[in-house]
Amino acid sequence: MTSSVLIFGLVNSAILMLTALGFSLIFGLSGVANLAHGAIYLSSGYVAWIFLNSLGLPYFLAVPLTIVAAGLLGAAIYWLVIMRVRGLGLSEVIATFAVGVAILEFFRWMGFVTYEFNLPVLIKGSLDISGVSVDYQRLVIVGVGILMAALLWLFAHHTKIGLALRGMAQDEYTALSLGIDSDWAAALSMALGSAIAALAAVVTLPLGIISINLGYEVLIMALAVTVLGGLESITGLVVGALLLGFARTVTGTYFDPKWMEVVYLIALVLVLAVKPSGLFGKYKELEERV
Amino acid sequence: MRIQAGFRKERIDRGIKARTDDIFAIASCREILYLVGPRFLLIAALLIFPLLKSITGIYWQNVLMITATIALLALSWDLLHSVGLVSLGQALFFGAGAYATGYLNSKFGWSPVLAIPAATLLGALFSTALLYPVLRLRGIYFGLITFAVPMLLMRIIEATKILGGTEGISGLTPLPGITITLYIIIAVTLVCVYGYQRLFETDYGLVFKAIRDNDRSVIAAGFNIQLFKAQAVFLAALPATFAGAFLTHHYQFVGLPAFAMDYSVLPMASVIIGGPGSFIGAMLGAFIVVPLSEFLRTFGTLRIVIYSLVLLVFVVGLPQGLFHYLKRKYDQFERLVPIEEVEK
Repeated sequence: MTSSVLIFGLVNSAILMLTALGFSLIFGLSGVANLAHGAIYLSSGYVAWIFLNSLGLPYFLAVPLTIVAAGLLGAAIYWLVIMRVRGLGLSEVIATFAVGVAILEFFRWMGFVTYEFNLPVLIKGSLDISGVSVDYQRLVIVGVGILMAALLWLFAHHTKIGLALRGMAQDEYTALSLGIDSDWAAALSMALGSAIAALAAVVTLPLGIISINLGYEVLIMALAVTVLGGLESITGLVVGALLLGFARTVTGTYFDPKWMEVVYLIALVLVLAVKPSGLFGKYKELEERV
Repeated sequence: MRIQAGFRKERIDRGIKARTDDIFAIASCREILYLVGPRFLLIAALLIFPLLKSITGIYWQNVLMITATIALLALSWDLLHSVGLVSLGQALFFGAGAYATGYLNSKFGWSPVLAIPAATLLGALFSTALLYPVLRLRGIYFGLITFAVPMLLMRIIEATKILGGTEGISGLTPLPGITITLYIIIAVTLVCVYGYQRLFETDYGLVFKAIRDNDRSVIAAGFNIQLFKAQAVFLAALPATFAGAFLTHHYQFVGLPAFAMDYSVLPMASVIIGGPGSFIGAMLGAFIVVPLSEFLRTFGTLRIVIYSLVLLVFVVGLPQGLFHYLKRKYDQFERLVPIEEVEK
């Protein structure tokens, strides 16, 4: 029991982190709360399915294509919608939410709701870890999660583009005066965040079938992790995901599984009510939130 | 809309607008009509519609009922927005009022005449107390809380089986005939619009506006903004909880759908389309949003897609809202004036 909680808690945390990573990246770098995140995540799942099944592309061609397509979709959403309402906080939220709902419900109308819609796993089979059988796909998720967190940290701290984006997030006017284009930076962060969402979709969706409601669920997950961990660092995000992932697994194992989704909501409300800066938030976040 | 090069657009108040701003408004019938006309048209339309039951049929009477409910929720949203609180969960207030009246009516047998006002107050107190600890949050973060709380309450009721659990409470006392019911809710809506507008003309309302514009300077001026925000939430909750209580007795049923997303999304859409900050815009928005969603029913599940796209077009294309746009056209005219060259 304990080892299974440990292993599946870790897997759940990796899933949470991967799905929240894209949202958190966009929110942290361009300040746009991209409520279309769940829709981008889910539509990349469907796009991957179409590439694989309708067009019959091989797996290793379909996945990169999906990720690129999601990146382009994110950039397109920025240029067509968000750029026009940038800075109007409420309009941003409603515009991205409307885009998300439109995309998700469009897929529902197209009839993407049956059980045939699932993605193939990368490697079939499972492994036995101290009496608990774990399939390879879950291990792949943990691996990809760790890899992405490390890569993003490197990107944000040691590349020129990453530094430019972080500069933009810290002080827009100073960044502008140093010749960083605000719209370019935001569009890039949007594209990157969407590409990461697509990667998360391709890796995590094979665990079950693709269902529309997952799009809304992913959004709540991403919100909870981001609020919990704060935006200052990837460390906060990882710890937030670990906390929520284990909380979810423990609830599912020892209590009723139907409370599992409530964990996010309770975490969201409690953190904002008790410690609004997030668990590791610094002064900047406190100032933004209170 | 492209403006010709070398020209700029200028907006000037119409003569009649300038004249009706002060005491000369009562100088002639034309000025009085200019002032009273739009308001009168709106009220007359609202009062006549319930009488047309034989033409419109009971279906559209029910649509008007829901429209007025959403209008009340939208007014509530607009008041919160005017204090700088963005609510993504108007369903909280709606559900609080609905469950309060359901409980009072089924448990103690209170008649709707007593149960609805009591539930309005109780529901508003309950939601204010619930939101009080998080009132210090700003912007999207307050919105996230209001987004999560109705879902949480729904889960709690579902899991603990209090207040009827998933089945809800049915068999509540019905309201008298649809015409009287409609008149009551329309009257409440109009009183609410007028009351809110007056509220924001007083010094008390000025504090609300100041909190929205710059909360820190209000703190610096020695006001306890936590207390003012709590009062604003209470005032905003009143019409919303009333709407919940009233619709509950209309349907004679209260259950988990009282916390449905519709009651959160539709009011927000109404205010965004109608124009925030004016209250009348919120009401107009509701009268566009709800009938529109009824017309779109022929599209089946595509309805929500079209709906979101309409909302998107309004948010992006007309951010100030329909009411402010119409008001500008009514009060002002536009003309192109050549831009004077600056001497070098």
